Amino acid sequence: MSRAGKIARRTFLIGSAAIAGGVAFGVVAYKRPHANPLLDDLQDGEAALTPYVLIRPEGITLITPRADLGQGAYHVQAALLAEELDVDLADVSIDPGPPSPAYYNTALSADAAPFPATDTGFMAETTRAVLDAPMKFLGVQITGGSTTVPDSYEKLRRAGAMARETLKEAASHESGIPRNELMTSGGAVILPDDTLMPYTELAGKAAQIEPVEGIPLRHPSQWRQLGQPMQRLDILAKSTGTQDYGIDVEMEGLIHAAVRTNPAIGGEMHSFDAAQAETMRGVEKIVPITGGVGVLADNTWRAFQAVQAVKVDWGPAPYPANQEDHWARLENSFTPDAQDSQYKDEGDVDTVLESAKVIEADYRAPYLAHAPLEPINATVRVTDTRVDVWTGTQIPRFVQDNVAEITGLEAENVHVHVLMMGGSFGHRLEDMVVRQATELAMQAKGRPVKLTYSREEDISHDFPRQIAMARGRGAVANGQVTACDLGIAMPSVIASQMGRQGLPAAGPDLQIIAGAWDQPFAIPNYRVTGYRVEGLAPVSSWRSVGASSNGFFHDSFLDELIHAAGADPLEERLRLCNHAPSRKVLEAVGEMSDWGAPLGENQGRGVAYCLSFGVPCAEVIEVTNSDDGIRLDRAFVAAEVGRVLDPVNFENQVQGGLIWGLGHAMMGEITFAEGRTEQQNFDTYPFLRQYQCPEITVRGLENGESVRGVGEPPVPPAAPALANAIFAATGKRLREMPFNKHVTFV
Amino acid sequence: MQLTIDGTTHELDIEPEMPLLWVLRDELDLKGVKYGCGIAQCGACTVQIDGQAVRSCQVMAGDVWGEVTTIHGLGTPKALHAVQAAWVEHQVAQCGYCQSGQITAAAALLAEVPNPTDTDIDDALSGNLCRCGTYPRIRAAVKTAAQTLQEG
Repeated sequence: MSRAGKIARRTFLIGSAAIAGGVAFGVVAYKRPHANPLLDDLQDGEAALTPYVLIRPEGITLITPRADLGQGAYHVQAALLAEELDVDLADVSIDPGPPSPAYYNTALSADAAPFPATDTGFMAETTRAVLDAPMKFLGVQITGGSTTVPDSYEKLRRAGAMARETLKEAASHESGIPRNELMTSGGAVILPDDTLMPYTELAGKAAQIEPVEGIPLRHPSQWRQLGQPMQRLDILAKSTGTQDYGIDVEMEGLIHAAVRTNPAIGGEMHSFDAAQAETMRGVEKIVPITGGVGVLADNTWRAFQAVQAVKVDWGPAPYPANQEDHWARLENSFTPDAQDSQYKDEGDVDTVLESAKVIEADYRAPYLAHAPLEPINATVRVTDTRVDVWTGTQIPRFVQDNVAEITGLEAENVHVHVLMMGGSFGHRLEDMVVRQATELAMQAKGRPVKLTYSREEDISHDFPRQIAMARGRGAVANGQVTACDLGIAMPSVIASQMGRQGLPAAGPDLQIIAGAWDQPFAIPNYRVTGYRVEGLAPVSSWRSVGASSNGFFHDSFLDELIHAAGADPLEERLRLCNHAPSRKVLEAVGEMSDWGAPLGENQGRGVAYCLSFGVPCAEVIEVTNSDDGIRLDRAFVAAEVGRVLDPVNFENQVQGGLIWGLGHAMMGEITFAEGRTEQQNFDTYPFLRQYQCPEITVRGLENGESVRGVGEPPVPPAAPALANAIFAATGKRLREMPFNKHVTFV
Repeated sequence: MQLTIDGTTHELDIEPEMPLLWVLRDELDLKGVKYGCGIAQCGACTVQIDGQAVRSCQVMAGDVWGEVTTIHGLGTPKALHAVQAAWVEHQVAQCGYCQSGQITAAAALLAEVPNPTDTDIDDALSGNLCRCGTYPRIRAAVKTAAQTLQEG
């Protein structure tokens, strides 16, 4: 039993409760002073969905509170429940449930102990000792940080097991046959004479009895679905155009809306003139909103057209107007007064570098947009007594609170309906679109207002990935890396993001050094220093957060040192690596790629490694320097996740993570000119396309002790693996993303 | 104005310059056709006009020159087109938002080139962006669909 399991038994309040004609099972974590919202909610009939398993005469519903951004979160949560509950996923309904403290990512409250020991998520493990503020942000019902699987792995199987045994107990009461002689399968209890007692018929009885607790979970060798290729529940709808996303909301009386806010993110609107726009067909109303103007119309396109026709006088940007000033501020931040942290300082870096030939290199990573293909949107209906919000969000509890504040209603009267998301990559950890839709809906009380961002509004008002710079100094001797001193400067993502939620962020921000300070290499003299850069553009979490830039910085510099030492890139990483599961991913990717085998003319091969979100991940990329430019031929990824719950989705997600890392490293950047982003759509913010995609081989390793999520870990090694491959093929070091500023790609 | 969409003719009172995309989504509630960029860069809005894959965000309603087929006209969950069946078999989708466009473009390709090479697939589908990076599965699914269609 893991540490999480032991704590869970002690502190989890396990309960079932009767609802009209059915029974709801939950495994709910609380710490005083919170009351038990499960029971409160059940009394008013609204929160029958609060727990994870809801059984009514008409059917079984599994509650999957972590949001689905496309990563298959609904499916994996349902599969974890179903594995112990013994139901077929094809026969049950899935519902994300309402925002509720019952679905805290960790057992957390503002005034309780900062982190529960039950949380083995990445943030808790890496920040427990030094930083509690980000946990307060990430601990509430949030989908992010690749935590869905780690957070759910035990919790949901336990909920399924408790429901199953309680239903068996109910069947035992009905039949007089002891519980231990009963079996379960396909949503029914099976008596020894093969009589079936469907769960749906046992629900009423089960609600009357004490839930059965303390059930040992099944060993993975007994699993029927988990660990095997599964058919994701959303695949059919997503292959037939019948999956509804937030942008597809349609209901009686719906008004379409568009907004334009200051192109300088967060800047003010001085005035606007809507005289011409108001005469345009389909326009109902044009109103000011915080920082801009909104149009209510009878069609999305008409709203887009009209909002562009409004003449606006904008205020200046609250950050440097031009890109070179952003870079200058980074360059000038490697100073003691800007130092944010120095948690890695081994050996005696200063002394060694004084007496050695020092290898130096600077690296840069630009701002990047999230740009999920579904532009962000929200539908809000405000009445005098309640608000309904329909949107794809990773932070439903913040949405609820913010909408309550804007409308002046109590949070309990704000009903957030979380919808399927057409990607996010961290974009939907922000809720500005919901706040704006709420302001607009207050101008049309009683009617649902659907605010859809144009692609231009979406990219130019994204809170981008952090801009970042690194400065490496190192030394080698006798064919080995002997010293590595890496400084990293960037704005604090956590402070920026928490600030928009009105929360303080005290202490160092570990994201500034994530993916660099925590790498398992036994370099004798080894230091990583974080520098916090103030006053730049607002930034937010972007798939793999700090590690998205730092994986590139750390591994690229390591590769330069290894090259200077004259060592083999894979062999020297293996020699330095002092973490057994990480050595295994390096060995695996070496074997998969046939590392060391001769390549053709103009070809090169690069390896990179990064530990992020608790997952060691190694990648090898092969490129050809062709007459048409650099072509990506093949890629290999090995990742250690403890256990692969669905091999098909695992492969798809890992391939996607690699492609995400590659595409942005090759060609993505957001730059500012006169306070505005110079990129607004996919013509100037391009991404990797089918013809550029390498052949990708993936292997999941299962040697680790804990089960981890894999949404983010394949991203950080992608850029350095590609840069290292291009160096091998061309002799040219790429120290700045995007790489297409320095090389041409096919 | 009259438009024939998925075999049904509609009478519409709209501006001729309204992009077909928004006619389909907001006037006819055919929500399987997706908005992604509005400037023919992402392919999420791909439909077929007389069998040819086009970006519906760039076709004004008044310029539609033939019968329009959307993802809904290709097939339904209970009667899948061979391309959709291959997409299900390979579990192509992650977020799925681009897949209506990918499938519609792939179906148009296979109607013209029954046995496409990798280059044919690149040429036909590189206008369709997938931010989740499902490209390897898309390629595999196109090949499976080609085989199914050829076996008839």
